[in-house]
Amino acid sequence: MNFTELNQLRPDLAFIAHWIAPNSAVLDVGCGDGVMLDYLQTDKACQGYGIEISDDLVLACAKRGVQVIQQDMELGLGLFDDQAFETVLCLSSLQMMKNVEGLLTDIARVGHEAIVSFPNFAYWPHRVALLRGHMPVSKSLPYEWYDTPNLRCATIGDFAELANSVGLEVLECVALHEGKPVTWLPNLRGSLAVFRLRCKA
Amino acid sequence: MSSAGTVSPQTHLFSEPLPLQSGASIAGYTLMYETYGQLNAEKSNAVLVCHALNASHHVAGVAADDDTNIGWWDNMIGPGKPLDTNHFFVIGVNNLGSCFGSTGPMHTDPATGKPYGADFPVVTVEDWVNAQARLADLLGIHQFAAVMGGSLGGMQALSWSMLYPNRLRHCVVIASTAKLSAQNIAFNDVARQAIVSDPDFHGGDFYAHHVVPKSGLRVARMVGHITYLSNDDMAEKFGRDLKSDDYQFGFGVDFEIESYLRYQGDKFSSYFDANTYLLITKALDYFDPARKHGGDLKEALAMTTARFLVISFTTDWRFSPERSREIVRALLSNQRKVTYAEIDAPHGHDAFLLDDARYMNLVRSYFDRIQGEHV
Repeated sequence: MNFTELNQLRPDLAFIAHWIAPNSAVLDVGCGDGVMLDYLQTDKACQGYGIEISDDLVLACAKRGVQVIQQDMELGLGLFDDQAFETVLCLSSLQMMKNVEGLLTDIARVGHEAIVSFPNFAYWPHRVALLRGHMPVSKSLPYEWYDTPNLRCATIGDFAELANSVGLEVLECVALHEGKPVTWLPNLRGSLAVFRLRCKA
Repeated sequence: MSSAGTVSPQTHLFSEPLPLQSGASIAGYTLMYETYGQLNAEKSNAVLVCHALNASHHVAGVAADDDTNIGWWDNMIGPGKPLDTNHFFVIGVNNLGSCFGSTGPMHTDPATGKPYGADFPVVTVEDWVNAQARLADLLGIHQFAAVMGGSLGGMQALSWSMLYPNRLRHCVVIASTAKLSAQNIAFNDVARQAIVSDPDFHGGDFYAHHVVPKSGLRVARMVGHITYLSNDDMAEKFGRDLKSDDYQFGFGVDFEIESYLRYQGDKFSSYFDANTYLLITKALDYFDPARKHGGDLKEALAMTTARFLVISFTTDWRFSPERSREIVRALLSNQRKVTYAEIDAPHGHDAFLLDDARYMNLVRSYFDRIQGEHV
């Protein structure tokens, strides 16, 4: 998988991939079909593992030649040593966790840096939906309230506080929309929040 | 689905003595093996399949001398199957001490002219792997594309990765463990005690008395069989179903589960060798590669170079997912390439022999990737 292919499939991942150093060790927590690791392995010579719970997605990873560990992320990252990875990715997964704080603490333990993304609940169409008296349903939050895997709703402002409290320093915070960074009113106009974090020594 | 077709085993007599982990050695010995598919010109497409307790070299296809004898992993291995013999050259080998053709306790000890019986040397997983390596030498295979096994077979695959790191590119370890738990050893010893306390065992020399310690073997198999199934699976298959309309108020067979276990025990005791059962359960108990590294499995696996596929089954309580996760944790700690799947199948330890689309597709995909590798 090359950059053009990744950019076509997942522009958000293509944007994030710029932050990952070539030849680095990467853990992708909630790696889905393994597309990000596939790209990082082939184009950036990274070594890494994905964590995924779904049988179908584990199979998709195996087909791509991505090393995947099947487990429930709620169980934490006990399989991995402290500071084992240059970068830990947790992309569009954290909001599905019951134990967000526990997982984030574990991410800080196993990685030097972390990149975390999640749907920005403060994205303006979500605010409009709430003003109209309804839970938002959008491209970035595509589920009805009664049938959503997203257990946690956070805004860009909310997340920074939690990250700090588990020992992660915010290096960069970018709001993306359709894979492109939003610089003007990001917490209003960005549908995806992306944080680049460093483990405080 | 197509099959590996009619297959006949081959044998080879190895005349050079094999030194064993116990310090003993075995003089000359025969290994019986079967092969499926074609070895390519580079000899790079060979896959060794290691067998578990009561299985043999007859991994796939139909035995030439008995068309009801289908290989024990025929659903996994054959043309177009997950381990596709159109692309891979697959070898099944019967281990030393077993009772399906390779040298075992029922064979004549050249030193005494009588069957080995109880004097057959205790063999370990590592000893088997060393014997398998000699077979690989014989077949001109320097490096396997993969060594693969389930349960005790998985222990052999894992052992290959440590003893001969450069001789395999992939190591496939299914429903296995890097060491048995106390509970596992306990079950094995109950089985062994059932055998040795059978009056027909005669200290292992029952061949001379022309008897077989059938009742011991039967109980051993019944105990083992219970541990291969999950509680739910057993409840689903048998529940409290009765053989007849009502309780018999005696000690015969009342429940279906009793009937099933007795049938399995009877069948097993008619073909399995009692000394082999003792030997193989001891090999299971002794396997603990971390032992000589102060119990540190990470250190034991430090010299491995293979890529790993580790698979466990959620309802397997004999070789539970936690045991597989120990292997995975040690491999990850060594930065080895490893894929780990935990298949949510209801069938307990036996699941590794059964069809489950998730399991089969994963193995298929993994071998498809191996096939595409440039060696």
